[in-house]
Amino acid sequence: MDEPRYDEATKTYTTGHSYDGIEELNTPLPRWWLWSLYATIVWAVIYSIAYPAWPLVSSATAGFLGYSTRGEVAAEIARVEEANSDLNTQLAAIDLDTLKDNGPLQQYAVSAGASVFANNCSQCHGSGAAGSAGYPNLLDDDWLWGGSMEAIATTVRHGIRNEQDEDARYSEMPAFGELLEKEEIEALVAYVQSLSGLDHDAALAEQGTELFVDNCTACHGETGMGDREQGAPNLTDSVWLYGGSDVALTETITNARFGVMPPWSPRLTDAQINAVTAYVHQKGGGE
Amino acid sequence: MTSENTNPKKRRTFLERHAALERNGTMLMVASLVVVSIGGIVEIAPLFYLENTIEDVEGMRPYSPLELAGRDIYVREGCYLCHSQMIRPMRDEVERYGHYSLAAESQYDHPFQWGSKRTGPDVARVGGRYSDEWHVNHLSDPQSVVPESVMPKYSFLKDVQLDGEHIEATLKTHRFVGVPYTDEMIETARADFMVQADPEGDWDGLLERYPGAQTRNFDNAPGVSEMDALVAYLQMLGTLVDFSTFTPDASR
Repeated sequence: MDEPRYDEATKTYTTGHSYDGIEELNTPLPRWWLWSLYATIVWAVIYSIAYPAWPLVSSATAGFLGYSTRGEVAAEIARVEEANSDLNTQLAAIDLDTLKDNGPLQQYAVSAGASVFANNCSQCHGSGAAGSAGYPNLLDDDWLWGGSMEAIATTVRHGIRNEQDEDARYSEMPAFGELLEKEEIEALVAYVQSLSGLDHDAALAEQGTELFVDNCTACHGETGMGDREQGAPNLTDSVWLYGGSDVALTETITNARFGVMPPWSPRLTDAQINAVTAYVHQKGGGE
Repeated sequence: MTSENTNPKKRRTFLERHAALERNGTMLMVASLVVVSIGGIVEIAPLFYLENTIEDVEGMRPYSPLELAGRDIYVREGCYLCHSQMIRPMRDEVERYGHYSLAAESQYDHPFQWGSKRTGPDVARVGGRYSDEWHVNHLSDPQSVVPESVMPKYSFLKDVQLDGEHIEATLKTHRFVGVPYTDEMIETARADFMVQADPEGDWDGLLERYPGAQTRNFDNAPGVSEMDALVAYLQMLGTLVDFSTFTPDASR
């Protein structure tokens, strides 16, 4: 390495590095850049003392600001709960039948319920609550287990035919494939179709009349109007949960259906359950 | 740092020593590796011994054989590419998905399925949220229940029957990487595998070995299909820890 020398042409000292006569000018980093670097180093030290950082023997330093991610989310949840606590307390305690007379609370319940519905219910009942095959439409006034505020809240809270909640609504249609002959089921299908005025084979339906009386009236009623105590659907309207075609009805009667809804009381608060009840109730079919 | 008024003699001594590294490729590489390793060790090693990074949570248990097989299908089909299993500690996530995920909840996951992209929703706590029938409908044809969904169809899962032939080896492999499967669990793996989705089975042993395991015919079809396994896995996700009794430590 050579001695640094002053280079006249550039008015700069060289570093003394020389290789094959090629020299390097000593042009250090700008001062402002260097001081920024030092500042970030100082900042890093302060930051690592302020926030959890340094690993010690059995735990890491907690930092003098006392910050933790868990603390932050807990505080944030508490802040929102606090802000809504008046409304939520009222909503959780209200007699559901009187909710609609309480304008502001009803409004709050419907908006909150819309969000509860979108998150928890829409996957089965559809984002517009129109349902799909096997998952009831909540917009119409055809209810399996009842469409009053109280009935809807019970369904949401305990669910239907699930194993998790002892108070879940329960009923089980027998699989008639094991009890009836194929021809008998065909006749029953025709009779059930006749109840709601669908196209059907009149002669077969005639044969099905007695079979219906013997096998189906206990739950669906003598006139086929259904029974909400047992979640037995009304067979005389044109609303079909699993379809009213020959194929769908044959499947329903042969193997029965067993629609399950989970209980929501473990996941939703009372206020949320009442909110989503109000939301569903005002969708058009509420009783 | 190097300017005309520093002592050139002292500086040169240091630079000359450093020059030895700069002029020897192998030595430079070794020295770089040492420097980088220090950074890695300082950042990673403490996580293995610090008490506040290892949280023991009541309720966690290794996956039952059927759940593990379902998990393998989850990995095979690349579900993690669109679904995360990591509820972040933020209010909006907690309100939507439930309690934020704890490290302990993926302690038996090899590999973990945290994911990094949510084309679909997080599934860390999807267990018990929907009925089995919904899962079968949804996996077979997602648009039949969620018309706006972009998820592909997985109806072929129903057609593939499983007999648990390799489940014992799978459990052993997981034990090898640290999952505490006992000898008994491995011996009974195949029987446990078959019985969990058998509606007429004797589940007592299974439930003793895997508390909280859900036992039923998940896909409502005879035999154990890949659909059974995957639904069994999905229905247990996030259900092991009872958050009504869990109090999080503030500083973790």
